Amino acid sequence: MDGTLMPQADIAPLVEIEDLTVRFTSREATVSAVNGVSFSVKPGEVLCILGESGSGKSVTLRAMMRLLPEKRTTITGRITIAGQDVLGLNARDLRALRGGLVSMIFQEPMTALDPVYTVGEQIIETLRKHRNMSREGARARALDLFELVKIPSPERRLDSYPHELSGGLRQRAMIAMALSCGPRLLLADEPTTALDATVQIQVLILLRRLQRELGMGTIFVTHDLGVASEIADRIAVMYAGRIVEEGPVADILANPRHPYTQGLMASTVHGQHRDADIQAIPGSPPDLRRMPAGCSFGPRCPTSQPRCREAFPPISHPSADRMVRCFREGEEAKASF
Amino acid sequence: MRLARYLGYRLLLAVPVILGIIVLNFFLIHAAPGDAASVLAGESGAATPEYMALLRHKFGLDQPLSTQFAVYLLNMAHLDLGYSFRNDSPVLELILDRLGPTLLLMLTAFVVAVLLGSLLGVLAASGRNGWRDNLISLASLVAYATPGFWLGLMMIVVFAINLAWLPTSGLDTVGADNEGWDEVIDIARHLVMPATALSLFYLALYARVMRASMLEQTGMDYVTTARAKGQTERRIIFGHVLRNALLTVVTMAGVQAGNLIGGSIVVETVFGWPGIGTLAFNALQSRDLNLLLGIFFVSACLVVVVNLIVDLVYVTLDPRIEI
Repeated sequence: MDGTLMPQADIAPLVEIEDLTVRFTSREATVSAVNGVSFSVKPGEVLCILGESGSGKSVTLRAMMRLLPEKRTTITGRITIAGQDVLGLNARDLRALRGGLVSMIFQEPMTALDPVYTVGEQIIETLRKHRNMSREGARARALDLFELVKIPSPERRLDSYPHELSGGLRQRAMIAMALSCGPRLLLADEPTTALDATVQIQVLILLRRLQRELGMGTIFVTHDLGVASEIADRIAVMYAGRIVEEGPVADILANPRHPYTQGLMASTVHGQHRDADIQAIPGSPPDLRRMPAGCSFGPRCPTSQPRCREAFPPISHPSADRMVRCFREGEEAKASF
Repeated sequence: MRLARYLGYRLLLAVPVILGIIVLNFFLIHAAPGDAASVLAGESGAATPEYMALLRHKFGLDQPLSTQFAVYLLNMAHLDLGYSFRNDSPVLELILDRLGPTLLLMLTAFVVAVLLGSLLGVLAASGRNGWRDNLISLASLVAYATPGFWLGLMMIVVFAINLAWLPTSGLDTVGADNEGWDEVIDIARHLVMPATALSLFYLALYARVMRASMLEQTGMDYVTTARAKGQTERRIIFGHVLRNALLTVVTMAGVQAGNLIGGSIVVETVFGWPGIGTLAFNALQSRDLNLLLGIFFVSACLVVVVNLIVDLVYVTLDPRIEI
């Protein structure tokens, strides 16, 4: 099992994930949230993980910082970030990685910030933790960060509590906090989903600009194809805990190979005729407590064949930097030879 | 500045509340049968109707209720709480004499309940479902199923009589004439059992509330954020979770503050604590209406003040509350 595409020989990848599986065990059932995910991200690259709710995209992201509840979670596989084996880190090194080397932006900025501290205090807390800064130095740096993320009247906003800020400003504050210690990898867990459409665009543009200026590798999780096409260099499409298709954003949008990706694109609004119905993918995702044998998309796939029920399709590379997991893909490739 | 304005506003609001309490108290007390004259007469064994009438006239009890009420209001306006014929002393003096010991007992019980209760709750939550959690949960279940007066009596039997570790009752050792630290220690030794009896119920309650609140807060998103920032678990629990979880306990503490005075009547009586509780109990027994009204008034003021303090604490702890 190796889903990584051949990395360009000259640049060492910032992130390498190999055969990652995540299972949640409770008294009632075992949920297989992530089932053998592999990918890599180069420094300064933006990878979008695209998928619907429950596809395991957020879990993958949280597993990378080991933020899942340890007692109930089993993680196997390899996670390497900037040469560090994340799953093997001790508590102290893990804390240094979190917020220092890697930081995360969450979906809901209202609940992700502590309501009883000002946003300034929460940024200063991070800076003092990782940078050993004085209170005054950390405050000055927090002010710079607020200017960097374009928060108007930053001095005053530093002393605001989360509930005193609008959703967009809260998310900007969250971004400022994530960037505070100069991370090399930014993990963004649907950072624009909870925002108004206009604010969403602003935050996306901001994130893209900051990512380029600071040269951070970024993994951006979203269920929104439009958002992915705005920000991504590469897209990985996840379904039922597996990456079913991966490749450069323009390629995937122009020429989706996997039936699930095709279904996603057909069900997205993008200038169709106003009377035309939008096609939905029939059925619903599989129950992660009882994964079907074979292709997990099989039951919903319009081109399903008997062998799709027997084994999960192997990896095929339709071109050098693309990966698809579908039996049909292999056929077409062979047929074209 | 904002806080000062809020304080002024709340004090202004307290005026009609206390006024209402004064009016209500007066009519409630007079709705009860019997008066000081009949009790005094009854205790002296025999009394002629003429003597009874004389007593009533002397106390002003023969006036119509409306006149009595008017006189009462007028006196209250001058903070004149009246005269206790029973104790042959002004009511205010009697109450002020007893206020110190009661406040000492109440505050000790309150602080112990809130601090120790919260601490036990934190310990239980951080060792969730382990032996520590089970032990604390069991102990608090027993503690709040136990009536305070019974606990008081049992403590006297065990610690004062059988083991002779602590004094049975009173505020200090009679005739010991201790000074300085000796006196403080003496009073503290007398304080242990009544304060325990008075605080145990709430201590157990806070432990349970704090545990539940901590567990609820632990699942919040901001905890994941703090973890993602690289904070230590200790800092996450004490810096973030605890601060948020405390809000629930502070709310409950406001309710407890009102109940403490009622609870202290029983506990003070059991331990012979010379506080307002015993005073109220005796006043009730002897139909000493002026004294009772005075005690009601003072305790109502206490509750109002304590509630105000709790609200101020709440406002400083939770920035989301608009003042």
